[in-house]
Amino acid sequence: MFYRETGQFKTSYAADQQIFPIRQDRIGIMLLLVVAFVVVPLVASNYWFNAILIPFLIFSLAALGLNILTGYAGQLSLGSAAFMAVGAYAAYNFQVRVEGMPILASFVLAGLTAAGVGILFGLPSLRIKGFYLAVATLAAQFFIVWCLTKFPYLSNNSSSGVISVPGIEVFGMKFDAPQERYLLVLAIVALLALAAKNMVRSTTGRAWMAVRDMDVAAEVIGIRLMCTKLLAFAVSSFYCGVAGALYAFCYLGSVEPDGFSLDLSFKILFMIIVGGVGSVLGSFLGAAFILLLPIFLDIFLPWLSGVLQLPFDGATVSHIQLMVFGALIMFFLIVEPHGLARLWQIGKEKLRLWPFPH
Amino acid sequence: MFKRIKQVAIAASIAAACLAATLPAARAAEEQFFMLPDYRVGPYGANGQSFYGGFIDYLNYVNMKGGIDGVQIAWEECETEYNNAKGVECYERLKSKAQKAPGPIHTMSTGISYALVDKSAADKLPLAMMGYGLTSAVDGSVFPWSFPLVTTYQMQASAIIKFLKDKNGGSLAGKKIVFLYHDSAYGKEPILALEAEARLNKYTLVQIPVAHPGNEQGAQWQRIRQEQPDYVIMWGWGVMNMTAIKTAQKMGFPREKMIGSWWAGSEEDTVPAGDAAKGYMSATWNVAGKGVPLIADIEKTVYGAGKGNLKDTSKLGTILYNRGVSAAVLSVEAIRTAQAKYGKGKAMGPEQVRWGLENLNLTDARLKALGATGLLPEVKTSCDNHEGSGKVKMQQWDGTKWVPLTDWIEGNKQLIHPLFKADAAKYAKEKGITPRDCSKEK
Repeated sequence: MFYRETGQFKTSYAADQQIFPIRQDRIGIMLLLVVAFVVVPLVASNYWFNAILIPFLIFSLAALGLNILTGYAGQLSLGSAAFMAVGAYAAYNFQVRVEGMPILASFVLAGLTAAGVGILFGLPSLRIKGFYLAVATLAAQFFIVWCLTKFPYLSNNSSSGVISVPGIEVFGMKFDAPQERYLLVLAIVALLALAAKNMVRSTTGRAWMAVRDMDVAAEVIGIRLMCTKLLAFAVSSFYCGVAGALYAFCYLGSVEPDGFSLDLSFKILFMIIVGGVGSVLGSFLGAAFILLLPIFLDIFLPWLSGVLQLPFDGATVSHIQLMVFGALIMFFLIVEPHGLARLWQIGKEKLRLWPFPH
Repeated sequence: MFKRIKQVAIAASIAAACLAATLPAARAAEEQFFMLPDYRVGPYGANGQSFYGGFIDYLNYVNMKGGIDGVQIAWEECETEYNNAKGVECYERLKSKAQKAPGPIHTMSTGISYALVDKSAADKLPLAMMGYGLTSAVDGSVFPWSFPLVTTYQMQASAIIKFLKDKNGGSLAGKKIVFLYHDSAYGKEPILALEAEARLNKYTLVQIPVAHPGNEQGAQWQRIRQEQPDYVIMWGWGVMNMTAIKTAQKMGFPREKMIGSWWAGSEEDTVPAGDAAKGYMSATWNVAGKGVPLIADIEKTVYGAGKGNLKDTSKLGTILYNRGVSAAVLSVEAIRTAQAKYGKGKAMGPEQVRWGLENLNLTDARLKALGATGLLPEVKTSCDNHEGSGKVKMQQWDGTKWVPLTDWIEGNKQLIHPLFKADAAKYAKEKGITPRDCSKEK
């Protein structure tokens, strides 16, 4: 009834090609941004900022990066955590070694460094595909973590290899409080998400999708495989790199190479699989699902066992939590293999017809 | 399908709402709250179960004996799975409860403690890192809220060298020592100390890293065989320890010449290695066994009343269980120290607990009164020295249990503590912290 595009006529190409062609969507996204930028900082508690919102945004960004590579360009990668590590360590080094370096410039340079490394490890994609490429990106995962442990220069000669980041200051303003850091992360993520959304609708994005669907055909119609694939690796790693820098600077405050393990790469991969492969929205939904569900279960299950007087102790609850989490992932994948983003889409289709389907 | 999901979503949100309503549960007035970001599942779950089992058993024991001068102890666990991000989440979740009257936070994880050093200082919550964590926090002028109590990796390495020196008639000149380490933050911490000791004692140091997780060490031990060292000092973790001991046996390297760190010296490391572990030595800052009166009393009182935390009671008296008890003893004693200054029978605020940790004086007489004679070394902290002891014992595995070999050995403080000072100064500079003046603290 409310969600219907009847009567919205497009009179120009610009109107026809805008990101959200339906007016209700535009209003919705505006409301969402207002809530995220204005309402949330006013009402959320420190716990929400530090433990939920900031990591959610950062992982959404990393998932978005992987989604560009895997979802749009069809190149399976298991090295996202390693590219995050490159971003985190690069940002740290730029910040510590260059006097007076603005933090935002460090983030951009961190992204560019990660993009460079991404291109390097993307080279095998020109010859190998699918699972074999996944194995090649595994090399990136192990090599980069090894490299960061091996060379003390990269961690500014810290005896343990752990880096502890300096404070954040943008244009003379200190970002210490959780809501300030949240706003900084939110602004960066919103900007990059907008860029991603536009990128995948442009020539570049169409070329990526052509390569994903059938690279021989794409080559025949004149898409240069090398450029396209490497560009996907570069852009994806840029996103992961910036996410890594934010992870170190705005979330944990101190990171070690081992923190960026294969487990983290898999976690990001699960985010896009659960959220929706080849969807910007899916990256956000997947990150929310993978990050928030365990926290919710962690709080909910002990409470439930307390109310129902179940004889569970902490360890059992933790085990049950893992099982429930695994079962829910399977449930969602069986019910909707295209991820949460697809569910959202189906929901929208239904809303259009509601309340009079047929 | 959509309908069903909608139902699930509604049910979940109702549940969440109920949950939120019950969360701010009222607490009794005089209560000290310990947040326990612990781990009982995941790769190191077995270690966490023993440690936190001991910790909680002691808290229960204190409560059953009437609390800390009448102040009861409350606590809440949160599963971190030894994962840094989850550890931070747990900390953020529990910190509001702890802000009134906190107990020292024990994470049993170097990674999580690193992430909490700045956060806990900003929130003014005392963080304890017993034998792990950020070792330069020994310098309390830069790190007022962090306490690497009892001893650190560097002091431990120094103590091991001292032990070897004594064994060799007071000199290690011309000897060759291999340092076999887990290639991570944890394994790399002692390198600086070992290098400094090597310059002083004129031995040759050969460093051999083992990549995580370390379940294949053929190449490393091949190299050790070529080097023919006099001793191997091992900074191992988890499965790496067992593999190293077994590989040493296969390569014919005597286990009597292998010395592990305290993370390489628990039953979890030696029992799976079987016969190969016999004769293997390690450092430790607490003794194993039920011979300590306190441990026996906990078994009688707490387990007798059916309030024990361990399901598997065979873990009672293991190294890690006793370590958990020791950590709890120190935490409770710090609160007692604070009470002596700020008022007995009152719950202590964050600043007061911090003061207690900084002015802890756990003498042998006090340990005896607690029934913990010999369980852990004497600890006396100050603003300059958040470590407070720097002493470890050497122990040897006799095939069935850990046997203490030596009395408490102190590392070379004159050599090692300046390293902490320098590192802390560098940290202060990077972070823009102005160090406190310790001479003005009382």
